[in-house]
Amino acid sequence: MASLRAINRKAKQVAEIAKAERGDLWALQNGPSSNAPGKVYHPMGCTLNFTPGWEVDISGGTAGLCQPVERDLFDCYLGCGWPGHVPDHLTNAPNWTDKCASAVNDWRNVDIVFP
Amino acid sequence: MSVGMETQTQPYRLGEYHSFSAAGSEFLYLVPSGSIFAVEGIAKLVIELLGSGEMPREALVAKLLELGCLREEVENTLQELTEVDALQCDLQKKEPLAVPVQEFPLQRIVLNTTNQCNLACTYCYEYSEDKIAQSAGKEKFMTREIAEASVEMLIKESAHRPNLHVTFFGGETLLNFTVMRSTVEYAKRRGEEEGKKVEFSLTTNGTLLTEEIVDFLSEHRIGVTVSMDGDKELNDRQRVFHDGKGSYDVLVPKVKQLLKRHRTNSIGARVTLTAGVSDVRRIYRHLTQDVGFQAVGFAPATASPQRLYHIGGQKMDSILDQFAELATEYRDYALQNRQHGFTNASDTLKELHTGISKAYACGAGLGMLGVGTEGNVGLCHRFVDSPIGKMGSIKEGGINKTARREFLNTHHIGARYDCHTCWARPVCAGGCYHEAYINQGNTSAANLHHCDWIRGWNDVCLKVYGEIAIRNPEFLNRFAEN
Repeated sequence: MASLRAINRKAKQVAEIAKAERGDLWALQNGPSSNAPGKVYHPMGCTLNFTPGWEVDISGGTAGLCQPVERDLFDCYLGCGWPGHVPDHLTNAPNWTDKCASAVNDWRNVDIVFP
Repeated sequence: MSVGMETQTQPYRLGEYHSFSAAGSEFLYLVPSGSIFAVEGIAKLVIELLGSGEMPREALVAKLLELGCLREEVENTLQELTEVDALQCDLQKKEPLAVPVQEFPLQRIVLNTTNQCNLACTYCYEYSEDKIAQSAGKEKFMTREIAEASVEMLIKESAHRPNLHVTFFGGETLLNFTVMRSTVEYAKRRGEEEGKKVEFSLTTNGTLLTEEIVDFLSEHRIGVTVSMDGDKELNDRQRVFHDGKGSYDVLVPKVKQLLKRHRTNSIGARVTLTAGVSDVRRIYRHLTQDVGFQAVGFAPATASPQRLYHIGGQKMDSILDQFAELATEYRDYALQNRQHGFTNASDTLKELHTGISKAYACGAGLGMLGVGTEGNVGLCHRFVDSPIGKMGSIKEGGINKTARREFLNTHHIGARYDCHTCWARPVCAGGCYHEAYINQGNTSAANLHHCDWIRGWNDVCLKVYGEIAIRNPEFLNRFAEN
């Protein structure tokens, strides 16, 4: 702070909160926020953050998504902790992507699975 | 930074604060957060400009630019001041949070192990004309069963708290040393079984201390507070035996033995100031230098104004001056990294350092409750066996949750309206409920008779704090939470 200097413990807490509120989000892969003072260490891009942007865009489609499901389906499904959002392929729906060799091209062939 | 049109015309005003200077620096003590900031550069000008009243944002900015400040720095400063609530405008006005606590785990019980006393101090709140406890006809001594059931209540009601505390109180506590001893042993064992650490303290007049008792206190690391009012002349004015004989000569050799043999916890003197006993400097010097206490704390006797020993306004002013003198001495010690024993200063400085902002004036009814000889649970030790502040009974299921909730609703700082415009409320929060009852007739009333004094004392302590913070900030680490 330029013209206020936090003296007691409460002032330091207040200043820290003010700084954090002013700061931008800081992506997980960039490491802890100590690398970027004032930015909140906020995990982005995985299941810890249930951003609706993963599933549908504002019009209910997928065209406006930053990372459309048709592109990252298998990555999330197999390599990430995202399976909570897709059918359970281990026990209840083992064949749900059988007709989908390439998600980018064949995503419309993915089976509809009702919970 | 872009600012909308609406914001431009909003009147800016200073938030709630108390300003003070120390060690050549200017400070703001912000209310209600309790935060302390050193003010530099443009912020000083903003405070000066808004000191006489509110001003639209654009006018304020224009004035600052006229004074030669750079726009970017002005914008940054206004943002900083707004973020910490030093500056307010209607758009950003925040409603104060005033949600009373509904449940609060217990941390401490005060066991009034007896309502009997071998002294007959004139000002005693348990026996004097202002008494609220109705001990007549009640059991004179707490039984082992009641004490142990009280410990069980403490453990049960403490929820997740790992550290618990039992304070032994009276009457004169040591008249019932047998129960105190068995309770310490019981609470330690139960604490271990429950994975909780139980600590103890004792308040006593000191006249019944023996070698055996002192060794017990030392062995169990029991903190001791000795009630004592100074040298022989001052102490014996109020602190007398039932035959009128002063207690000083009996007390002092025992206290010296206590100070010599008991080294495992703090031992402090607690002085009650009255109309005839108000020479704070003299008392402090005697108790520290001649008797050997490391810690001495003072408080005026709780008494209604018509009592002879009641301290009036002028005397309280003199006490404030003397407190300020000792606090300055405390500061000088702190700057040399030395410990000073004036606990009124160290207690307040610790609260200022933490930036405490109290929702309730003290822990009574919140994390602390008192238990009387028959198991009556009261707000604190001063309220046990009184119809006022009754919070249940050990014999009838422990804490009366309805009464406790009702108390917490009506005694929250949000309900003490007189305090809402006072800058000292983060530390004071309206003051002692017992004092309020005696002087204002209602436990929920703010102690208006002490307001000026409290503000004066907080101002003294803020200046001492500011001085230490600038000149020897490492010393403040001593106030870190354990």
